[in-house]
Amino acid sequence: MQIQPIFAALRKHRLATLLLALEIALACAVLCNACFLIISRVQHTHVDSGVDESALAAVKLTGYDPASSVDLNARVLSRLAKIPGVQSVNVINAVPFGDHAGTAGISTDAAGKHFAGVVDFYVGNPGSFKALGLQLVAGSMPQASDAQPLDSFVPKNATVWVTRALAEHLWPDTDPLGREFWTDQFHFRVGGVLAHLARPWGGEGGPSTIDWSVYVPAQAGRQLAGTYLLRVNPAESPRVLRDARAAIATIAPDAVVDSKNSQTLGTLREKYFRQDRLMAGILLGVICALLLVTALGIVGLASFWVQQRRRQIGVRRALGATRSDIVAYFQTENFLIVSGGIVLGMLLAFAINLLLMQHYELPRLPLYYLPIGALSLYAIGQLAVLGPALRAAAVPPVEATRSV
Amino acid sequence: MFAYYLDLAWHSLRRNPILTALMVLAIGLGIGASMTMITVLHVLTDDPLPGRSSQLFTPHLDPLPLNYKQGGDSPDAADNVTWPDAMALLKAHRAERQAAMAGGTLLVRPARADLRPFNVDGRYATADFFAMFGMPFEHGQSWSAADDAARAHVVVLSDTLYRKLFGNGSGIGQDVRLGEHDFRVIGVTADWQPKPMFYADPGAQHYSDVDQFFLPLSAAVDLKLSTNGNQSGWGKNDDSTSLTGATMTWLQFWVQLNSPAQAQAYRQFLVDYSAQQKAQGRFERPSTDAKLYSLMGWLKHENLVPNDVRLQLWLALGFLFVCMVNIVALLLAKFLRRSSEISVRRALGARRRDIFLQLGIESALIGVAGGVLGLVIAQIGLWSVRHRPDDYAQLAQMDMPMLLGTLALAIIASVVAGLLPAWRACRVQPALQLKTS
Repeated sequence: MQIQPIFAALRKHRLATLLLALEIALACAVLCNACFLIISRVQHTHVDSGVDESALAAVKLTGYDPASSVDLNARVLSRLAKIPGVQSVNVINAVPFGDHAGTAGISTDAAGKHFAGVVDFYVGNPGSFKALGLQLVAGSMPQASDAQPLDSFVPKNATVWVTRALAEHLWPDTDPLGREFWTDQFHFRVGGVLAHLARPWGGEGGPSTIDWSVYVPAQAGRQLAGTYLLRVNPAESPRVLRDARAAIATIAPDAVVDSKNSQTLGTLREKYFRQDRLMAGILLGVICALLLVTALGIVGLASFWVQQRRRQIGVRRALGATRSDIVAYFQTENFLIVSGGIVLGMLLAFAINLLLMQHYELPRLPLYYLPIGALSLYAIGQLAVLGPALRAAAVPPVEATRSV
Repeated sequence: MFAYYLDLAWHSLRRNPILTALMVLAIGLGIGASMTMITVLHVLTDDPLPGRSSQLFTPHLDPLPLNYKQGGDSPDAADNVTWPDAMALLKAHRAERQAAMAGGTLLVRPARADLRPFNVDGRYATADFFAMFGMPFEHGQSWSAADDAARAHVVVLSDTLYRKLFGNGSGIGQDVRLGEHDFRVIGVTADWQPKPMFYADPGAQHYSDVDQFFLPLSAAVDLKLSTNGNQSGWGKNDDSTSLTGATMTWLQFWVQLNSPAQAQAYRQFLVDYSAQQKAQGRFERPSTDAKLYSLMGWLKHENLVPNDVRLQLWLALGFLFVCMVNIVALLLAKFLRRSSEISVRRALGARRRDIFLQLGIESALIGVAGGVLGLVIAQIGLWSVRHRPDDYAQLAQMDMPMLLGTLALAIIASVVAGLLPAWRACRVQPALQLKTS
């Protein structure tokens, strides 16, 4: 197959060729970046919360008199535990994917000079550790004696459990057990390390901080009341939540069930990531539409060229070219145009990625996206040109003898 | 002549129905996607109070200490105003009208036995709030400055909440229990929902929040009612988190200034006030940091358009661009193929500009068809936007200007796409073409 005549023919249609290559370049750039965005969004939705989501549900009450919260805790804990299907009921300040409750900046020195980031404190009564299903990777399980009474949102001086991600952030490459950190006048000592525990409402500093949580055992009381963690049989969770609402209406008529936050953790998670899934869907739609339009452009232009060159094709056929020679001609032509577009498209892909990095906290586009993008465009180009190329191959040699 | 060109264009388009359909589809998809996102952006950046917004301003002082550390993604502490500053601006009375305000969510305990207690959002404000924003009243009236001073337990309800609480009976003068306190209903406003809710805290859901009650700010502070929104403090002592303390910003402040001269004078007043506070040692930053934002300027400063919407808009516009490049290539091939026909017309006396016009009309015809298809696609797109979980979702509707804009954009896009091919086509050499064919 000689490439020279193809170049000669393309030179006659410089502008159209250039436009098609430009279109392929744009498609390639958008394809690479959109795929990258989709994958980062989808990865985000698969974050491991570190708790047994399928077996957990939250019930949040508001509107009760704060003075009666100790009494409310006692009534709710004993009544909800009686609902069939409930394995345990605990008091906690927040749950993953729910509203955040204990968000604070921490420092690794008592004077507060070394600011170490903003973390979320999960404060729960002693049973909540087991109920959440947290996975310990170092240190020991919290003991009943670790739970202290609360005067504020966290105890004054507490043993706490941090996630592996937070430990690595605070004390890189050192054993975090026994290390200390502070927030304002509160002092914490690490008693153990957790595999994962996602923050209630995501990370302030982007996806990398989603695991920056601290678990603090504490005694339920005036400062820890109103939000309850139910461990239930997963199959029965909808009915258990219904029963729980009905029970609360009788035992605490003053309290109002916060419907938005009183859900199974599965539901809360689904809501939490809805925006990301939606965006991934939109991006996928854009990619499909873009590839479709690009393919249509290739089909349209190739069809024109086939029509225009009927006589030349006829001459070639009459001079002995086989049908597959004709098909190969158009496919090679398409391959050359797409190649040109891809070279330009890769540069453009990096330019767009740089722009996105400035505005959207995105990492650099991994290099392996480029060959994948290129291959898919080659495939689309070859498929799109196949129809017109076959029509060209069907041109009979006798066409050579006809004048226009 | 126009009718003749239209006829020619129609014939030409019908000669390649598949290609014509491809071009119409491409422009329809591009226009549909773009107009969906342009419409979303349009409703997100719309004027919330047409006719009144040009007279509304929000003053911003910078009481933050020099060493105040701003958290990365947390809202700017200087976006809100401290209690002493708000009271000083109110007392100075330098604007036509002025009001301080803050959002709050309270539990309503209805007197009706068939209603369970429920939470409602509302606003704590000072007396000028209603007149300044031009809020329409259905019954009763707002409270007075004297009620503000007396910390009166009075409340103005929205029509929706009023109907919910009192049915069709009259509730003016009756008490409503909000949180743990009784408030006397003195007025009912028509449901008034500026979108975005420009006067809310920067952290609020500006497109879906609705204020259902209004009560005097002084009473709310007196009763320590819970407030919504960002409270940023920097004090060291215990009263740093007190609502009336001088080291915590949490209030929003708006003024009405009827002329640019008044706005200029007020801006100067803010700088003077800051200078005075700085002289007293309360402010540490330059007095020229004091700003007066117009309503639209403030919305721009707050940047309410979500990042995802911007990204989607860019994607849609990029997509439209790809579609246009596509059409340019197709039209170029199509027009150049008709070189012989064009040559005959030129030989018979048609000028270049006649050919150009004829081909332009053909492109425009594709644009009209693409625009109609684009409108349909945009309606489907907006329908899907309305099913999104975002707070602006319900606002995604196309109005008349947007509808006409869609058609105009489609025609402009296709005519622009046709320019280059038409220019190339009308430059063919008639003699050469006629000879070779």
